[in-house]
Amino acid sequence: MLLGFTSYYFGRKKAYSIQATNTRLTALPQFYGYYLAIWCAIPAFIIYSLWAIFEPSIVKLIILSDYSNQGYLDDELNLIYEKTKSLSRGQFSGEITPYLETSAEKYLNLRSIAQNSKIVLILAIIIASIVYGYKRISSNNRTREPVEKFLNAVLFTASLAAILTTIGIVFSLIFQTIDFFKVIPLFDFIFGTHWYPAKAFVRDASEPLDPSMYSDTFGAVPIFAGTFFIALIAMCVAIPIGLMSGIYLAEYASTKVRQYAKPLIEILAGIPTVVYGFFAALTVGPFLKDIGTAMGLEVSAESALAAGGVMGIMIIPFISSLSDDVITSVPQGLRDGSYAMGATKSETIKKVIFPAALPGIVGSILLGVSRAVGETMIVVMASGLAANLTFNPLESTSTITAQIVVILIGDQAFGDPKTQAAFALGMTLFLVTLSLNIFALRVVKKYREKYE
Amino acid sequence: MNKNKEKLLNSRYRAEKRFQFYGKSAIFLALLFLTIFIFKIFSTGYTAFQKTWLIVPVTFDAETLYLDENPSKEDLEDADYFDLALQTMFDLDKSASEKQQNDLKRMVSYFFEREIKRELLNDPSLIGKTKDVYLTASDDLDQVFKGNYPRDLPEDQRRVTDYQLKIFDQLVEQGRVESKFNLSFFIYPDSREAELAGIASSFMGSIFSILVCLVIAFPVAVLAAIYLEEFAPKNRFTDFIEVNINNLAAVPSIVFGLLGLGILLAVFQLPRSTPLVGGITLSLMTLPTIIIACRASLKAVPPSIREAALAMGASKMQTTMHHTVPLSMPGTLSGTIIGLAQALGETAPLILIGMVAFVNTIPGSPLDPAASLPVQIYIWAESAERGFVEKVSACIMVLLGFLIIMNLFAQIIRHKFEKKWS
Repeated sequence: MLLGFTSYYFGRKKAYSIQATNTRLTALPQFYGYYLAIWCAIPAFIIYSLWAIFEPSIVKLIILSDYSNQGYLDDELNLIYEKTKSLSRGQFSGEITPYLETSAEKYLNLRSIAQNSKIVLILAIIIASIVYGYKRISSNNRTREPVEKFLNAVLFTASLAAILTTIGIVFSLIFQTIDFFKVIPLFDFIFGTHWYPAKAFVRDASEPLDPSMYSDTFGAVPIFAGTFFIALIAMCVAIPIGLMSGIYLAEYASTKVRQYAKPLIEILAGIPTVVYGFFAALTVGPFLKDIGTAMGLEVSAESALAAGGVMGIMIIPFISSLSDDVITSVPQGLRDGSYAMGATKSETIKKVIFPAALPGIVGSILLGVSRAVGETMIVVMASGLAANLTFNPLESTSTITAQIVVILIGDQAFGDPKTQAAFALGMTLFLVTLSLNIFALRVVKKYREKYE
Repeated sequence: MNKNKEKLLNSRYRAEKRFQFYGKSAIFLALLFLTIFIFKIFSTGYTAFQKTWLIVPVTFDAETLYLDENPSKEDLEDADYFDLALQTMFDLDKSASEKQQNDLKRMVSYFFEREIKRELLNDPSLIGKTKDVYLTASDDLDQVFKGNYPRDLPEDQRRVTDYQLKIFDQLVEQGRVESKFNLSFFIYPDSREAELAGIASSFMGSIFSILVCLVIAFPVAVLAAIYLEEFAPKNRFTDFIEVNINNLAAVPSIVFGLLGLGILLAVFQLPRSTPLVGGITLSLMTLPTIIIACRASLKAVPPSIREAALAMGASKMQTTMHHTVPLSMPGTLSGTIIGLAQALGETAPLILIGMVAFVNTIPGSPLDPAASLPVQIYIWAESAERGFVEKVSACIMVLLGFLIIMNLFAQIIRHKFEKKWS
């Protein structure tokens, strides 16, 4: 860093001095500074990262070369290496053989050699590249173009971040999912009706995997049904309220009402979901239970109705502001035409504006559904964690997201079918929401193009 | 005929009225939910900012402390305060049976001997004297004093015994129970004892995660937005990037948690439960939000600015870096703050990467295990003790307070610094 700044300073200074001798520069002095700074930083950075990547494996190779002719298996060699490392850090508890001790010493030695040579090498490279860059600074050398090319490359790399994230998501999900389906047939997962992942937990880790043990354990139908059901309840709350308030705000409300009501409703979207979850679990759940008992119904304190209802409240602002936008962008000409025919305002809305805005509204509803499907905390806190196959809103059900949390909370053992099941569920969730989103965005976009 | 027409017209007007009424009531309902919601949180939470203290006379007897004459500072530091502390409580009712003595001990917080110790360390001359000391009341009595505890339940259904209530009422009568501002809620880390639990550890965890998130997401997002808006050629690849960004913005947050678990923890072997991993996960989530905000505000800079700079001989890069980007900064910054506010309220991904661990130390760096405010809400909401309910509400109030401040800040930046082009 420091070197970078100094080289920027020197580069600029040299450029100024050239300028002082009345020669015309091909670029602004700053560019010479940037040029030198880039020369200083990049080669050193590249070497540094290469070093960081290769150092551990080279060290490992050297250490393990001592053991190479003793007929160890790969796994055992790895174990020896891990032991050596922990011994050299002084954290090893266990039998210390003389072999291990010498390896540990050697390891420490190698590490310190590596450390020193790394510093020397990098300093040398920095100096060499600065000198090279400095020499190249002259009045007729172009520096702006390489600097700008470099910046352009940096910008381009940054824009890849979004793609990398998507790839990261797919990769993190896909391997575990494939492993999962090696043990559990896809058919059982999609059509099985029993979901008891806890059963997979009692397995002794030393025993080999026995697929037959898991039959009838990972049938995801109850979870899919629960997810669908809770999302349905949520949409029953969110669609009428959200849509009507969107219509009212767009068509009837005075500017003043709009000015205050719109941001107030949008506050609902800004409240963290865990807060909704607490509200649902502490207030809505018991409240519904009390009402239920008063009416002689059996209501679970963790009912699907409580979770779904509160989730619906959360989704209201998404639907209301999106449908507000969509309705506002319906051309005024359509309204005027309808009024001219003698229609009242509500008739215009129902018969003219609503059909015209329908694709956009459907898009907004789909986005709301995808929210509801992906919502986690409300369900975890307010609805049950056991997967019941039920369509009674007063009983508790579970969703994909809630099951992922239930399985992965606490310590996870990778390679266990239970953990893999969570990733398989995550994959399902990702695919479902992805297709909903793509479809919804496409619908909304098509609609926008129609009126623009 | 005319009558029929009028009838029809009237019914149409009624339909109009009805429709307007539906709209009004929809808005009313939405706002009603909001009000109930905020009212509920405040009404259960405001008491958590007060803490109940028992004022108990403590006799600092050198013998019960097992101290020699003229103890040094270190002796006081190392002394065993437990018996003295016990004795203090037993003295409240000298005729108490063994079981009742146990009840007496449970009237104050679990670590009450530390409070006695602190008192003596502050003033070593107290040895041999008696002084009134403030002791933190147990969380159940705290709730009793605040009136949140159903006293009329039969005894076997509540954690407070009749005997404890009797002694407590005596103390109240003597004016030995006091309610003061609960500072420990803000400066103590989490604890299993509700009366001692504070938000300091989760608060720091949140701050660290948000900082990590900001440091990673902001530069990458701004650079990406600049590229996409100013430099990117219009081709299939950049279209693909755009579609990607829009979709990422709508991917459920828990999927990002799986990403953090599957890649950051399993492949890169980063330390579990730390704000570092939490921050990276959150930054991937906020990335699209900031990119979209930054692109919108870059788009809002009128082309005349760019053309003027280009006409003066600036290169494309200079135009962008010296003119377009600075002009777009207010919009970008307010978008960033809103994105961070979203990240601050996020729970599910943090649970998956292990930030739900019970942490009773205050983290000093992003590499220490920590919780975060929303996760703390979740942890407390799941615990059964009554004392935690008001803590949850109070924690929610703190979190909402932060979100409101951040959003206001974003609004102010937008209104104050954004240029209106017309």
